[in-house]
Amino acid sequence: MNRGRYLLALNFFRRDWRAGEWRVLMLALVLAVGSLSTVGLFADRVRQALSLQAASLLGADLRISSTRPFSPEYRKLAEKLGLRVVENRTFPSMVSHQDQVTLAEIQSVPAGYPLRGKIDINDGITHVATGIPHAGSVWVDERLMRRFDLHVGDELGVGQQRFVVAARIVKDIDQSVGFASFSSRVLMNEVDVAGTGLLQEGSRIAYRLMIAGEPAPISALRIALKGMLSSGEKLEDVTDARPEIRTALERAEQFLGLAALTTALLAGVAVMLAARRYVLRHLDACAVMRCLGITQSALLQLFLYQFLIAGFIAVLGGLLSGYLVQAALVEWVMRATDLPQPGFLPAIKAALSGFALLFGFAFLPLLQLRRISPLRVIRRELGLPGVSAWLVYGIAALVLASLFLWQAGSLKLGLFVLAGLLVGLLMAWCVVWLWLRVLAYAAVRFSWPHSLRKLANSSVAVQVVALSLGGMALLVLTLVRGDLLQSWQGKLPFDAPNRFVVGIQSEQRQSLQEFFRQQAVSVPELLPMVKGRLVAVNGQAISAGSFADPRAKGLVEREFNLSYAQKMPVWNTLVQGRWWNESHTPASPSRGNEDNNAELSVEEGIAKTLNIHLGDQLTYDVAGSLFSAPVTSLRRVQWDSMRVNFFVIATPVLLQDYPASYLASFYLPPDKVLAGDALSRQFPNMLLIDIREVIEQVRGIIAQVSQTVSVVFVYTLLSGLLVLYAALLATQDERIHEAAVLRVLGADSAYLRRLYLSEFAVIGLLAGLLASLAAVALGWVLARYVLDIPYRLNSIIWLSGVSGGIVMVMLVGYFSTRRVAKIPPLRVLRGE
Amino acid sequence: MAITGASGSGKSTLLGLLAGLDVPGSGTVKLDGTDLFLLDEDGRARLRAKLAGFVFQSFQLLPTLSALENVMLPLELQGVRDARARATESLNEVGLALRAHHLPKHLSGGEQQRVALARAFVCGPKILFADEPTGNLDAGNGAQIMDLMFELNRLQGTTLILVTHDELLSKRCGKQLRLEAGRMVP
Repeated sequence: MNRGRYLLALNFFRRDWRAGEWRVLMLALVLAVGSLSTVGLFADRVRQALSLQAASLLGADLRISSTRPFSPEYRKLAEKLGLRVVENRTFPSMVSHQDQVTLAEIQSVPAGYPLRGKIDINDGITHVATGIPHAGSVWVDERLMRRFDLHVGDELGVGQQRFVVAARIVKDIDQSVGFASFSSRVLMNEVDVAGTGLLQEGSRIAYRLMIAGEPAPISALRIALKGMLSSGEKLEDVTDARPEIRTALERAEQFLGLAALTTALLAGVAVMLAARRYVLRHLDACAVMRCLGITQSALLQLFLYQFLIAGFIAVLGGLLSGYLVQAALVEWVMRATDLPQPGFLPAIKAALSGFALLFGFAFLPLLQLRRISPLRVIRRELGLPGVSAWLVYGIAALVLASLFLWQAGSLKLGLFVLAGLLVGLLMAWCVVWLWLRVLAYAAVRFSWPHSLRKLANSSVAVQVVALSLGGMALLVLTLVRGDLLQSWQGKLPFDAPNRFVVGIQSEQRQSLQEFFRQQAVSVPELLPMVKGRLVAVNGQAISAGSFADPRAKGLVEREFNLSYAQKMPVWNTLVQGRWWNESHTPASPSRGNEDNNAELSVEEGIAKTLNIHLGDQLTYDVAGSLFSAPVTSLRRVQWDSMRVNFFVIATPVLLQDYPASYLASFYLPPDKVLAGDALSRQFPNMLLIDIREVIEQVRGIIAQVSQTVSVVFVYTLLSGLLVLYAALLATQDERIHEAAVLRVLGADSAYLRRLYLSEFAVIGLLAGLLASLAAVALGWVLARYVLDIPYRLNSIIWLSGVSGGIVMVMLVGYFSTRRVAKIPPLRVLRGE
Repeated sequence: MAITGASGSGKSTLLGLLAGLDVPGSGTVKLDGTDLFLLDEDGRARLRAKLAGFVFQSFQLLPTLSALENVMLPLELQGVRDARARATESLNEVGLALRAHHLPKHLSGGEQQRVALARAFVCGPKILFADEPTGNLDAGNGAQIMDLMFELNRLQGTTLILVTHDELLSKRCGKQLRLEAGRMVP
């Protein structure tokens, strides 16, 4: 580095800083880095918290389950990676109290259990358990307490030993809410297991190896284990925990990703506008320096150093503000004190993004400065040497898109944004250009005031496009956020099903429905379930070997739960094909035909995994007999709807003759909890599964993310306003000069005010229109391709876009030009 | 009247004060019997619109308006109805009818100053303030512009206040006023 030149740059920077020349550019950068780091750090913490929450459902970060004891290698490997490991065993056993006996699930746990999450117990008062049951005592879940009318301090017989019930389990973890774990649970210290005499050769024991620790070694272990596990061993992590939680987590990340993208986009626009203004205001200085003999490369260096200094200070400021704001958010908005501290990565990412924005948007203009003609000193009308606008915007779009790719962490989202940006900018430019031409033509044709005529010639197009980008981002965020949150929350109303009942036999249907009526609980729909295995697709026999994807292999190896129905479940959406009760046309209205339809409807996710398409002929093996039917529709299933869902639904004619069992989901109000116990007593063969915990988890995630997005939205709003301000500032010099000339010619301040307000109104109108147009298009793309929700055209968007555009631009414009009319004109004209 | 003097002698400042474009620390200026500095900024602007025309060294055309639209501006400010026709006529007088729809950046310096002249005279001002009108032009263009300005001045019977340091030019004016370090010298 040339030291002299560096000092000169520092000197220049200081002088410009004092003159306020860097204010907008650095503010834009501070805001960009600030918002990116706020979003990044905050999202990182929320993500960590969400993962921890989800991990608490597993009781660990990773869990291996098996019906055989584990190879000691697993534990060794995990411990070598610095991870914590505990192993527990679960087995069924009869338990007794006085003269009552029932089947329960005994879980024996070692000290240190659980690794993630906490168990709430009640031993007189409800509190978080600090360890595990002492030797000789057990903790018992609510169901068993009620069933035996147990109290803390009572005795419970397990195998050959008697235990003291030391506490009631209020909130449990590590429950695999599969259909098998419905029975009452007893938590026991592992030192007591031998004494019960229950574990013998041939006992049905589920072994679980639970592992927790830092993310990096966890993922290293996950990769290593994948090659080591034998066939009966199953590896689960947080994302495998439950489809409901996984879906909630994925949606959460989509929300936050979207918000981060929006902020980055706005920040980029603001930086671009500020850089442009900076360059325009330094033309004279550059021309003079060129006259004085500075070389082009030295000039470029001089400005690069200044930009580096500005970037460094602004990025630091941004990071500081980002850290403080997210800390404040966590403290005051989320009211959470136990969120994990954010990692460094989001901060580094935000800082690098800040520099990328600065140079992506400022570098080409700087190159222009380098090439300024020294002749400008004499001929002031010599402006910037032309650089292709396409090159400038192309580079900017590329930088933004790569940032998006990086921020979003999703190629799909990033590519969408890149394509959208390029196409969008091109179209926006054309649209604005056209509008302005038409406007200018009409203004001349109908002798409208000159404020409208000049629009076509000035840099108003830049302003309109920049403003509409800001507006679009705001509209999309409001629109998508609102719709998405609504459709998400709508899935989990307060009376969302919180119990599943499975194993209902055909002949029990009547009496079960009667039972519900007696208990005054709304009678659920009983859905038939037939077990079948997919054996051929389009006549071609398939086996696990036909697929590379492990999920597909697993799906083909086991039996599916098939169901049949006349109507599609209302919580499913048809994505392709037609549902059968709609498929008979008026030309063939015969009911006989309809009943004879052999058709299948497949869930779109599993269809993708198994490469099944509309029209494929699937052959199933049900209890030894085969049937084939074509796929006539693909459905989308909301896994987080807490309803009974099936991968494959058939027309009744295909399955109704096979033996079926039934299942249902229903909402059991809190005041009717006892009805659940009555059901278990009256229908001992049925399994009643309580999913309240899961619902609470999903609700918690939705609530947290809603709040997060709301806060991020405020940031986006601020960035949008900065864009607005920067866009107006970009033409302020032009405006000040124009005002001075007009004043010389005799315009009074009322005239100037009218002139500017009408100009701002037109700019606001155009920007609002364009923003609404773009928001509708982008909203559609996002809804359709990224977030997978149905898109509703929100007509309010036009109203709010246009009126918001006019009001905001007029308001900001009014305040930013108030000063313009106050400067004595000669000072402006001579100050040039 | 010509105001002459060396650079920095205060010629342009004086012109600015005479036209009410700047505000003095003390003292006052009466324009057509009206005390300029008893009026507020808007009052002075309205007075200028009624009385005065301007020509500057750096032309001061609005870059976003065409030549014709620049000339129409003062007429529009006064709410004149046939602004377009009168502006076209005025452009015609300075010989730029064919360049009426060009933006200033597409005109040469001489052409730009002719547009400025057309704009200055289009309202038929009682008084014309000209600040080094040939300062940014070469000798040939400068001479043409001056000829044109004196011609229009004569035709319209306007009072001309001309700031210049061109001795020859000042000789063409009826009165000469010489400034040195902000003071009038004989």
